[in-house]
Amino acid sequence: MSPDLAVAIVVAIVGVSTPILLAALGELVVEKAGVLNLGVEGMMLMGAVIGFAMAASTGNPWLGVLAAAVAAALGALIFGFLTLSLSANQVATGLALTIFGTGFSALAGKAFLGKTIPVFGAVFPPELAQHPFGRVFFGYSPIVYFSLFMVVAVWWFLTRTRAGLILRAVGENDASAHSIGYSVVGVRYGAVAFGGAMAGVAGAYFSMVGTPMWAENLTAGRGWIALALVVFAAWRPYRLLAGAYLFGAVMTLELHAKAAGGWFSVVPPEAWAALPYLATIFVLVAISMRRSGSTSAPACLGKPFLPTA
Amino acid sequence: MQFRLERRAEPSRLMLYAAPVAAVLLTMVLGAVIFSLMGYNGVGAVIEIFTRPITNPLKWQDLGIKAAPLIIIGVGLAIAYRANVWNIGAEGQYVAGAMAGTAVALLTMGMEGPWILPAMIVAGVLGGMLWGAIPALLKTQLDVNEILTSLMLNYAIIQLLGYLLRGPWRDPMGFSFPQTPLFTASQSLPYLWRGTIMHWGVPIALVVALLAWFVMSRSVFGFQVKVVGSAPNAARYGGFSAKRTIWLALLVSGGLAGLAGILEAAGPFRQLVPGFNTGYGFTAIIVAFLGRLNPLGAIAAGLVLAITYVGGEIAQTTIGLPSAATGIFQALMLFLLLAGDIFVRYRLKAVAPRPAGEAA
Repeated sequence: MSPDLAVAIVVAIVGVSTPILLAALGELVVEKAGVLNLGVEGMMLMGAVIGFAMAASTGNPWLGVLAAAVAAALGALIFGFLTLSLSANQVATGLALTIFGTGFSALAGKAFLGKTIPVFGAVFPPELAQHPFGRVFFGYSPIVYFSLFMVVAVWWFLTRTRAGLILRAVGENDASAHSIGYSVVGVRYGAVAFGGAMAGVAGAYFSMVGTPMWAENLTAGRGWIALALVVFAAWRPYRLLAGAYLFGAVMTLELHAKAAGGWFSVVPPEAWAALPYLATIFVLVAISMRRSGSTSAPACLGKPFLPTA
Repeated sequence: MQFRLERRAEPSRLMLYAAPVAAVLLTMVLGAVIFSLMGYNGVGAVIEIFTRPITNPLKWQDLGIKAAPLIIIGVGLAIAYRANVWNIGAEGQYVAGAMAGTAVALLTMGMEGPWILPAMIVAGVLGGMLWGAIPALLKTQLDVNEILTSLMLNYAIIQLLGYLLRGPWRDPMGFSFPQTPLFTASQSLPYLWRGTIMHWGVPIALVVALLAWFVMSRSVFGFQVKVVGSAPNAARYGGFSAKRTIWLALLVSGGLAGLAGILEAAGPFRQLVPGFNTGYGFTAIIVAFLGRLNPLGAIAAGLVLAITYVGGEIAQTTIGLPSAATGIFQALMLFLLLAGDIFVRYRLKAVAPRPAGEAA
């Protein structure tokens, strides 16, 4: 394998993994607070369209990413209001958010169908990325570095800060956290909004970096893969990093297999396209088989909190 | 004057049935506001979407054939959700059913006889059950979450459909379009009356809903599903098997989605094409909830969602409303229903503001 091809493959893996990692990191924090938001796919699509629209109209990609985060966080707050303030069923509300986000992005993106914007690409000076190995480290969009930074930040927050400890307490035992005097609903609102913002940035990556041309449903179910990844990672940020890149590698294999020909071409392209989804199922099965007895899921995950006093 | 939510001693039956109605009405109001703010003719959109399909008798048949698959899938999902089994793979089970039935159609291409269509329908139900059995197996044997597995299988089967249509199942006379040959007369669902587009799927949907209602409200199976879903501990003491219930919930909801799939393939489509899956499996989730997870409720909810589809198409041609607007209205409806549900368990109580100085 030539160094150029190796570099191209690494760059491709990073490109596929980054949005999944971002969305999954957000959902990890949400779930650690005891909330299951199945609306990741919808929030990603909201972020994707708003990011694209903002970048297209202002010409400023940074504003685009910011707008994507805000828009998806607002979408998440609809979910938050229904499930936290009105204690609606989290599964149903999350699904509603995905249906809403899908419709919203199709409607808001109608004016941009087929339009392109400049790629929100390399943040470092091009000289640094000229050498193939330089490109592996310095050739990415700022969103890629942000995603790696957030892995450390989320880990640090959850394990090394008081606020993180409170968030985990709310997710493990909401009644106790409430009786000590912490605002269960307040903490969960914060987590849900953070999860939305991260999904929004993930969506912006699709529309502004991955394929900077607007197309409907361009996230293609990756939000659901992000949800599965949180389970795969057993709710740990570092495992999430490994998992996201493993998935990225599998999906990149698909792209390169199509191009490579040879024995790969015997396998129909549809089989490669189905691979990420089947791989997700296999991974979920593998985790269940490995896990002996107890799960590592937050104890209050998905259960509504109803203070009695 | 301030308001406070107060827990009801027991859930309000009135609110249980009033919430879906209020959700639909509020969807119209909120939808009009939102679409006006977005620069569309909001009031016009609501009138076109929610009233035209009802006031124009020419659209009634459309309503029936759109509602039929939604009702059939929605009834199955209502049963599964009652059992606390979150099957969101109905879209894939719908495609699986259509594919299994189409396989029978392709094998019987040169044949004739009244047995062919029933054989296709049986194959369709079995195909949907098979696709539903995978999450059931994984859930009961390995404790893998059925939400994620059933959803991932949607994407997988749509790829399989694409492969079959571009490869082995492609019509040799089809000008290289990726589609199966047209079904013959023996393989197609007959129309109810000559000169209509209303096919037998419509009465079948009503029969399915009535049967399911009878089973859920009058049989041990229905009782078991409800107990396992709402009180798992009591179910264990009562000797009901949670695993058996998971299997039944996924086989019933998968089988019904498969039935809807083959009825749609043998009815309006009369063949399989790449755009066969139109999202009925996802919309039926709204049908199940709007119908209060009750098979009879699914009939009414299926009709309401059918109205948004037919009305959405009308609004596209008459006032140029984008097709995506339909999805927004459907999601709004589910949001508002879920929000309104709080009044089933709580009541709004007016309380006098606390006198100043009193400690909280």
